[in-house]
Amino acid sequence: MNKNYFEIKRAGINTTFQDQGRGNLYHIGIPFSGAMDNRNFQISNKLVGNEVNFPTIEFAYQGPLLKYLGENINFAITGDVKFLIRKKNNIIEGNCYQSFTLENGDELDIISTNKSVYGYLAVSGEFDVNYQWSSCSVNTKANIGANNGKKIEDGQKINISKINKNLTDKKLNYINSKIENIRVIQGTNFDYFSDEGKKVFFEKEFVISKLSDRMGMRLEGPKIENIVDTNIKSEGLLKGVIQVPADGNPIIMLSDHGTIGGYPKIGVVISADYDKLVQLTPGSKIKFKKVELADAETLFKLYDLETQNLISQI
Amino acid sequence: MIKNISNLGDAALYCDFGTEVNQEINSKVIRYFKSIQKENIDGINNLTPSYNKLIISFDLRKKNFQTIKQQIENLNVINDDVLESNKIKIPVCCDENFSLDIKRLEEKLQITRDKIYEKFFGKEFFCYMTGFIAGMPFLGDLENELQAKRLETPRVKVPKGSVGLTEQFANVYTFESPGGWNIIGNTPQVIFDRTNENNPNLINPGDVVTFEQITKDQYYNNNE
Repeated sequence: MNKNYFEIKRAGINTTFQDQGRGNLYHIGIPFSGAMDNRNFQISNKLVGNEVNFPTIEFAYQGPLLKYLGENINFAITGDVKFLIRKKNNIIEGNCYQSFTLENGDELDIISTNKSVYGYLAVSGEFDVNYQWSSCSVNTKANIGANNGKKIEDGQKINISKINKNLTDKKLNYINSKIENIRVIQGTNFDYFSDEGKKVFFEKEFVISKLSDRMGMRLEGPKIENIVDTNIKSEGLLKGVIQVPADGNPIIMLSDHGTIGGYPKIGVVISADYDKLVQLTPGSKIKFKKVELADAETLFKLYDLETQNLISQI
Repeated sequence: MIKNISNLGDAALYCDFGTEVNQEINSKVIRYFKSIQKENIDGINNLTPSYNKLIISFDLRKKNFQTIKQQIENLNVINDDVLESNKIKIPVCCDENFSLDIKRLEEKLQITRDKIYEKFFGKEFFCYMTGFIAGMPFLGDLENELQAKRLETPRVKVPKGSVGLTEQFANVYTFESPGGWNIIGNTPQVIFDRTNENNPNLINPGDVVTFEQITKDQYYNNNE
């Protein structure tokens, strides 16, 4: 019945449906999930004329190769991404933050992200996805969300309905800036660490490990010394919480994180820095900078205002 | 009843009910949790009750720490703390392929694996909370002889169904996940059903759980 669809010729490394995520389920063990980089997720939707919280396809590193079949449709890609549009007679090199039109038989080849992790693909229509707890966001660990809670796979079809007949070209001038300093608020177990440990945490460089995914980011570097207890009674976690297990290597909780944890919390990444944190690739060097709650609140207001401004420019 | 409220990052309240782990403190946490759920306070987007803490997450676009803190301090707390309670039996197989940390426990605890199993099976455990991964129950209390710390470096992958011990608690990994508990066996029982949106968890806070040892044959028959 549905005549507009993508055929997945190559799924990519970690390609999933994501929207704004699902709340109010921590108590049964289900995290927010949702797009890792919320700003780029919202912008992708606005560039194709959608509501900002529509389902999108999120990819990491290598993206998908999709063949489009159906009536003309617009799409946009956000992040820092290299991609090509293969038409019958020519190949167009794509630009992020700009809408393009796909015609019947065109192929969209999302080659890779450039020195960043996540990118977003939105189309001027609705991906046919199922919702669980009112979100399509895929949590591959619990198999919750669209596509039976799994990554998009080679060979599958993705149907699209309600295509906007009125295709308008849209563009935004925007370049993702990178950060090296991650701002944090002291955690609830900050005093579990020695003076030397605290100094190490705020002054030394840490390297992002390859063992990082949508659940968490593991860091390597100087060990952070604990002088009280390397375990706490298990309690709630949040995205951005930095736990330090007994080996002294910090782990930052990300959007698909476990809802409860038993390692001391040395700090929490401020909300304003989260979108940029998740885009840092393994091998990147970071430093933590201490801020107070009031400053974090102001910084988030500014960051959110900037996001709203970008969206309103489209 | 909350001893102290502080901030956890810029978008959550950290409510401290004490440092001990017991059913009395835990039921206070649950009572607050249920009261806040009932109030449906605008801007609050998640609640995580645990042994003796309650974390309240909010949308920083709508509210901030001070405003939510005031609302929680002025909250009408419900008094009926009777928790619905089910009795649940969980079959566990302790074959060598499943009991990943039994040797570590024998060394740390200085007792034999038979003694560990003898003290673990048949005992009634109370469910304090669920979480970490969807549906994972946190059960207590293990006797002193079985209490060990977490692994120093958590495993990247703990197999689905693994039954783990840490300190005075036992749990079940409802699906494959990273984790640091000492694994003594594996259950074929489904503990989390993602297709049941209204009631996905087999075990809920307040339930009473007993583990029963099964053979490898029984384990694989249960899977069929």
